[in-house]
Amino acid sequence: MSSQAIRKLLVSFYIVLFFLYLFTPLIMMGMAAFNDVEFPQVVPWAGFTLRWFPALFADALMMEGIVNSIWIGIGVMALSVPIGLAAAIVMTQVHQRLQTLYYTIVVSPVLMPGVILGISTLVFWDRLGTFMDADYESFYYSGMFLTIIGQSTFISAYTMLIFLARLQRFDRTQEEAALDLGASHVQVFWKVLIPFLRPAIFSAMGLAFLTSFENYNTTVFTIQAESTLTTVLAGKVRMGTQPDLAALAVLIIGVTLVSAVAIEIAQRREQRRELAAKAEAARAERTMQAAAQPAQ
Amino acid sequence: MTGFFQRNGIAISTYLILAVVFWVVLMIVLPQAYMLDFSFRNNLPPAKIGGPEDVYTLSNYRYLVFGSPGSADAFNYLHLQVFLRTIIASIFVTLIDFALCYPIAYYIAQVAKGGFARSMILLLILPFWVNEILRAFSFRILFGTSGVINAVLQSLGIVDQPIDFLRADVALYAGLSYAYILLMVFPLYNAIESLDHNQIEAARDLGSPWWRIHWRVVMPHAKPGIASGCTLVFMLSAGALAAPQILGGPSSLWFTQIIYRWFNTGGNWPQGAAYAIVLLLACLVFVLAVMRLFKISLGEIAR
Amino acid sequence: MSADVELDHVTIRFGEFTAVKDANLKIEDGEFFSFLGPSGCGKTTILRAVSGFLEPSDGEVRIGGKNMRGIGPNKRPTALIFQNLALFPLMSVADNIAFGLEVRGVGKAERRKRADELLDLIALDGQGDKKVGELSGGQKQRVAIARALAVEPKVLLLDEPLSALDLKLRQHMRTELRAIQQRVGITFIYITHDQGEALTMSDRIAVMSQGVVQQIGTGSEVYENSQTAFVASFVGENNPFTGKVAAVDGQHALIDTSFGRLRGRNLRGLSAGSEAMLFVRPESLGLVNGQGAADNVIESTVLHSEFEGSFFSVFLRGDGGKDIVMSMTNSGNLPEFHEGAAARVGFRADRAVVLPVGEVADE
Ligand SMILES: Nc1ncnc2c1ncn2[C@@H]1O[C@H](COP(=O)(O)OP(=O)(O)OP(=O)(O)O)[C@@H](O)[C@H]1O
Ligand SMILES: [Mg+2]
Repeated sequence: MSSQAIRKLLVSFYIVLFFLYLFTPLIMMGMAAFNDVEFPQVVPWAGFTLRWFPALFADALMMEGIVNSIWIGIGVMALSVPIGLAAAIVMTQVHQRLQTLYYTIVVSPVLMPGVILGISTLVFWDRLGTFMDADYESFYYSGMFLTIIGQSTFISAYTMLIFLARLQRFDRTQEEAALDLGASHVQVFWKVLIPFLRPAIFSAMGLAFLTSFENYNTTVFTIQAESTLTTVLAGKVRMGTQPDLAALAVLIIGVTLVSAVAIEIAQRREQRRELAAKAEAARAERTMQAAAQPAQ
Repeated sequence: MTGFFQRNGIAISTYLILAVVFWVVLMIVLPQAYMLDFSFRNNLPPAKIGGPEDVYTLSNYRYLVFGSPGSADAFNYLHLQVFLRTIIASIFVTLIDFALCYPIAYYIAQVAKGGFARSMILLLILPFWVNEILRAFSFRILFGTSGVINAVLQSLGIVDQPIDFLRADVALYAGLSYAYILLMVFPLYNAIESLDHNQIEAARDLGSPWWRIHWRVVMPHAKPGIASGCTLVFMLSAGALAAPQILGGPSSLWFTQIIYRWFNTGGNWPQGAAYAIVLLLACLVFVLAVMRLFKISLGEIAR
Repeated sequence: MSADVELDHVTIRFGEFTAVKDANLKIEDGEFFSFLGPSGCGKTTILRAVSGFLEPSDGEVRIGGKNMRGIGPNKRPTALIFQNLALFPLMSVADNIAFGLEVRGVGKAERRKRADELLDLIALDGQGDKKVGELSGGQKQRVAIARALAVEPKVLLLDEPLSALDLKLRQHMRTELRAIQQRVGITFIYITHDQGEALTMSDRIAVMSQGVVQQIGTGSEVYENSQTAFVASFVGENNPFTGKVAAVDGQHALIDTSFGRLRGRNLRGLSAGSEAMLFVRPESLGLVNGQGAADNVIESTVLHSEFEGSFFSVFLRGDGGKDIVMSMTNSGNLPEFHEGAAARVGFRADRAVVLPVGEVADE
């Protein structure tokens, strides 16, 4: 066997190992979700059961956490998508000399540990509440509100990066063309810029929601007396707990698989559409040229 | 400024400015600044805030280094040790992730073909849609005393007593490395992917051995990706809270856990804020060191 | 309201750099007016000042006698066709064309009707539902024109609209553009670095170089009576001879060059002793048979010749040490030019111009 072949073999072996490392924990957890014992484990196998799935939905605390997480996710979307969009547009217009400073400030939340964002949000709004003499029912002390704010601090930076990437491909003369045709600035924004950014808006919304949904580090400080899915989960896992957590993971993985496949199919379809348009343009080109010929 | 209004119109300009100012001032700058300020204050009940006792003090930082004034030890060995271990272990996790991910990133970026590479990327992303806490939980199933690995080891007769991986922190390091793989793979992949394959071919034609090609051609090109992956992994490991809570042994504390305690059971927020500032500084030092080491800018790291 | 466009001593600066220097001209209502000049000479800048994307640093832009300062591009009676067209890629062809109507609040049915009419005008009827990406280059071009015409501008501004097309289509579109202009009857301000386009389509041309308007006139004026060395060398081909004015003789100036004394029209009233350049077009040169049949005679050697169908180019090395191009129409009995053979060529003084020394377009 040549050394080249040996190397190829080693590489394949490594790749298999790597993906095993990636998937074994999840597969084990998946199996634990169907194992008929009180403790989440795979061996010994005590028989197949589905009882952990209903148990999941019977857990009121968990359900409350999920509902809160969804509301927070929606709040974060509503806050971080417009902020990220504005920040990205400003980024493209800010004066060259200020650009580095501005960029450093707005991406800094990404490079900061989540716990710190949680803590700073908590102490800042707490102090603001004291300063305003607000009562304890007001939003300064609301776990949901603080969590939305705290998470949006860094999620806005993510959405901004998504918008920036898309804006780089934006042809500014389109805005000028629209203005020239009589559109107001607001019309240019809604009729030209937003449609162009639509895919980025959807990605940003998806990313914002999912990131919020699974955030723990920031949330654990800002949520205080309330709970989200992650804080409930963390509590349960630390307790040792039941296999219903594994059941939840199975559900999440299932949903993920379906959506990943759906996204892949949608992307392929989009590619096909673009190819078809190109072919059509090429055909039109040939006809045009044929038509121009006699004019010679 | 007038140019800005002329270019965007009044309504849009107002939206842009309000959104950015709200974010930058009320969400980024002021909270950080206030946390810094807060870390130099005494722990007071709300009624006394603004009163004569509300003065600046170094006591919160002093506590991290020297412990409480009454204690017998010269230094706060417990907390300092935890801090150092957090930093060193995070660096260790970062290195492991780099070693694990570099070959995969290179393979997908330069060796694998179209559809196959795409499926591999999809496979890579898949596990990371599962919640961080559930991922840590899956490591408990794997590494617990009645977990899969112990069961396998025992049935093979390699050990007769189950090994307590959690107490030995093996589970924690494995879990942390696992948790941030994606954040290492993608920057690496993006950087390596932009390398023209012909450069590698050319080096190979010149008779360079494969390791030299990586050392002299691929890695220098992928520098921004390496820096960005390492920074992200380090920062997330050092700032991790869920994984240590779930996978750490009973005695092993992660620095974030101490912070968490100051805010929760400890009930001493200024003290917690001081610890948070120390953690933030450590991350900052790491980012600056990486920028120095790789001679790149912040913009290239955060992409 | 009439739609004449006046540039009243317009200067446009970007920081230190002056992109347009003191442009002063008036474009008449309904005129097809071109700005012609090499890349980077400030043509787009002028157009952007007229359409409202830029304010002049000095001077005024007036449309229909009204000062346009402070009036945004969406409020001016102009429509601009961008150098890259800037069609909206996410909208259908009809939606692109009707965009200007949509933002003015015109109803859907009315918009569609108008779009269909314009599609007829640009010979793209029935293609309104296509995506912009499905059109060929020339079709996109015409959609951009229709989109601009839909808002019924008083002035249509076109920034090198044909530069992205290949040669055949370009020539085809020239005729079409001119035809559209005559049909709609509004002012067209056209920008190009292609003199062929400018000469064939325009009523008048402004030739520009480095931010300065060098000459304004009809095609034949700038071609026959070039006022500056730049215009003479940029518009069409020309053979330049540098020298010093020896004497002035009525309408003519005599200039001493390395080929001896040459005579040409003294368009700029140069006086004896000034540095000058004489320009003579290749088609104004001819073979001189016998003695002194022409005002000017140059002894030269044939380098090589090129047959181009309807005419014939001969490249000569003059005895003064300079290359000269002569072109002759193919009337069926062309003499033969052998490489290395001696040739006496000459031209009439009325066919040459003597101009002050100045910047020459490099080609
Ligand atoms: N916004 C700007 N800031 C600074 N300089 C500019 C700006 N716009 C144009 N210029 C400069 O002004 C000069 C004229 O530019 P302009 O775009 O008007 O040239 P042009 O004649 O249209 O050239 P082309 O045929 O290449 O389109 C160029 O040197 C250009 O670099
Ligand atoms: Mg231009």
